[in-house]
Amino acid sequence: MNTRTTATRTLSRYLLRPQISVLPQSQHQSRAKRYSSAVAGARLNGSVEYDTTPILHHTSRSTLSNPELPQDVRKGRTKRINLYTAVNEALRHALQTDERVLVFGEDIQFGGVFRCTMNLAADFGTERVFNTPLSEQGLVGFAIGAASEGMRPVAEIQFADYVFPAFDQLVNEAAKYRYRSGSTGYNCGGLVIRMPMGVVGHGALYHSQSPEALFTHIPGLRVIIPRSPVQAKGLLLSAIRSNDPVLFMEPKVLYRAAVEQVPVDAYHLPLDKAEILKTGKDITIISYGTPLYTCSAAIAAAEKDFGCSVELIDLRTIYPWDRETILESVNKTGRAIVVHESMTNAGVGAEVAATIQEKVFLRLEAPVKRVAGWATHTGLVYEKLIVPDVTRVYDAIKQTIDY
Amino acid sequence: MLSRAIRRSIASPLRRNAFAPAARPAFRAVTTDAASSHADREAVPKEDDKPFEIRLSDESFETYELDPPPYTLDTTKAELKKIYYDMVAVRRMEMAADRLYKEKKIRGFCHLSTGQEAVAVGIEHAIDRQDHLITAYRCHGFALMRGGTVKSIIGELLGKREGIAYGKGGSMHMFSPGFYGGNGIVGAQVPVGAGIAFANMYEGKNNVTLALYGDGASNQGQVFEAFNMAKLWNIPIIFGCENNKYGMGTAANRSSALPDYYKRGQYIPGLKINGMDVLAVMAAVKYGKEWCAAGKGPLVYEYVTYRYGGHSMSDPGTTYRTREEIQRMRSTNDPIAGLKQKLLDWGVTSEEELKSIDKEARAQVDAEVAEAEKMAPPEPTGKVLFEDIYVRGSEPDFLRGRIPEENFYYNQTDMGTGPKPVART
Repeated sequence: MNTRTTATRTLSRYLLRPQISVLPQSQHQSRAKRYSSAVAGARLNGSVEYDTTPILHHTSRSTLSNPELPQDVRKGRTKRINLYTAVNEALRHALQTDERVLVFGEDIQFGGVFRCTMNLAADFGTERVFNTPLSEQGLVGFAIGAASEGMRPVAEIQFADYVFPAFDQLVNEAAKYRYRSGSTGYNCGGLVIRMPMGVVGHGALYHSQSPEALFTHIPGLRVIIPRSPVQAKGLLLSAIRSNDPVLFMEPKVLYRAAVEQVPVDAYHLPLDKAEILKTGKDITIISYGTPLYTCSAAIAAAEKDFGCSVELIDLRTIYPWDRETILESVNKTGRAIVVHESMTNAGVGAEVAATIQEKVFLRLEAPVKRVAGWATHTGLVYEKLIVPDVTRVYDAIKQTIDY
Repeated sequence: MLSRAIRRSIASPLRRNAFAPAARPAFRAVTTDAASSHADREAVPKEDDKPFEIRLSDESFETYELDPPPYTLDTTKAELKKIYYDMVAVRRMEMAADRLYKEKKIRGFCHLSTGQEAVAVGIEHAIDRQDHLITAYRCHGFALMRGGTVKSIIGELLGKREGIAYGKGGSMHMFSPGFYGGNGIVGAQVPVGAGIAFANMYEGKNNVTLALYGDGASNQGQVFEAFNMAKLWNIPIIFGCENNKYGMGTAANRSSALPDYYKRGQYIPGLKINGMDVLAVMAAVKYGKEWCAAGKGPLVYEYVTYRYGGHSMSDPGTTYRTREEIQRMRSTNDPIAGLKQKLLDWGVTSEEELKSIDKEARAQVDAEVAEAEKMAPPEPTGKVLFEDIYVRGSEPDFLRGRIPEENFYYNQTDMGTGPKPVART
């Protein structure tokens, strides 16, 4: 299990690493020479203000006011940590409390490319936390086998872009295991596959993709995308405890950028509930993961400029998703926009929009809008152009209100 | 240089023949002779349960970076008769499936293992109930040997609720305790098997896992990924290539650059086994089980066998091989006829007793097949269609039907408690 290899692919991963660590600062200071940085002086498309955004809990009090947290946790302490540390804490707690939990993936022994598994191998031993070869299909198959024998493996795919060799294992084995085994009752419910996804500023073609929509087509899987450290910790612990196979996709740009007060104790968040982040009465925006920060900035500007009131919902569980919360909200507001980073075509937005028109058609004041990535590949220098930015969400709000 | 090389190749087009092997290797190659073992008639005891020794033919194995297994096998008369019974039962069941398919009662895909019985039966008689097995397409025999009933297997093929997988799987998808399924995705079961074996090792269990695949699947990338992980972590698993000489309709030597599948592990010791001789299979797997139990890591086995039928029911099986070849295998290398011959030669049993075993096996299988045919079709309810997609109690509110009226609402249906997961042995 050593890390000495000269494979080009590994090399490229290492080369990518230091750049990612530089990124969070670039979010705050509009330095020049970023591949995809904000235009100086832009009114809407500034850099994301992670220090002040209402998406994150900046005080202990605000974190602990979350009614989804259990009572004892709400009386406990919090700590200011970023998203990768939250993931690390969740894994640590799972390893501590259940010896069936295994953590493995490519290069995770020293902490992984994004440091999510730091010190786990040292603390829990390489029997439980270990590196796998660079073979995604094999390692996911391996995880499914271990899960079917009662283990709770948390396997990491280094980047969501690398999950495709394992697509077959996930779709044909993991999702169907329970169904296939019939009365014998085998299942691989303990399985969790973690993977960093989404754009990061300079990920280019193979380190930027958001493949969640491909998996939302598959009954049997659960697909989760957390937006913040608090969410990541609670949802990952629920995913590990869940008896269904779960794909846990972590927006990699948030690993270091998103910092908030996170309860020190362990807690579980529901895997089947969307969360209303901000209530409003004129329009509902449905999103998940990184674009929530964009939406939040666009909403602030739009509410000021148009005097409208916007409701923002984090889907959290992308599949099976919480229709009730979304339909109730749109039934109230009569307008909806779905925002996500991955492409529009056959994306999550298509499913949400179709469901809305099917269920609350007569309440709709305007067509459901989708603000999503352009249907092209994420070229290195075009990233900022491709994913939805504040201006596009702002414009969508304006168009929907004016319709 | 270049022009000279080209000229030379044009000048002597037959030159490539110069590289053909000049002679057979010195060692004795594995044959598919089904009746090659020996036992002294005098050494065979009278009692049914008293052990005695059988000598396997020295053409039973070829090794790769491995000392060969012992060429002797301790067994009893009772065990030999049971092995014979099992092989007859598997074949009878496959023939029943063949008939039901031709009567259009079984629909869809159906892959029969007729001719390959010695592999499933030989393995089962070498391992324990606590051991695990996972395979791919030709899985009916394994499902039966691992504790499935003829009724539940045929019921599965017929799509009945009482089938082994509720009639939802059909031919390739059968499970039973210690049997992690047939699998319809070529090669996908191999890394899954590695994971199963790893979980056992992690839990300190001293059992072995067998991951089987065909000669066609052996060229799948994930098979090699599983080899690598298994050797890297010293996992107690016996990978087994059931080489029936044709991956679908393509002969092994037309699909594989190295058709010596037991050498495909490269860094994993390998063993090629006469897969038509049930006793050779049994001896090899016993040896492999001990090897794994001793912590020596994985093995790659190749069971040389032959399927009499086509790849599936839609394949007559005669377009890519000659009728003579099939006929020759059937008449001279048949695993059941081979064992029968030996049992008579060694005085283990008499012609009459064998006939009564045949009769009993057939009657038993036929009775269960008849029961399976009488089973009720599954209830046409949403519950049956939408159960077991998510763990009971954690289902989403609903899953879609074709039209909104057909949507299935979990909270409006009593889903019951579902099957208890089998004791993970």
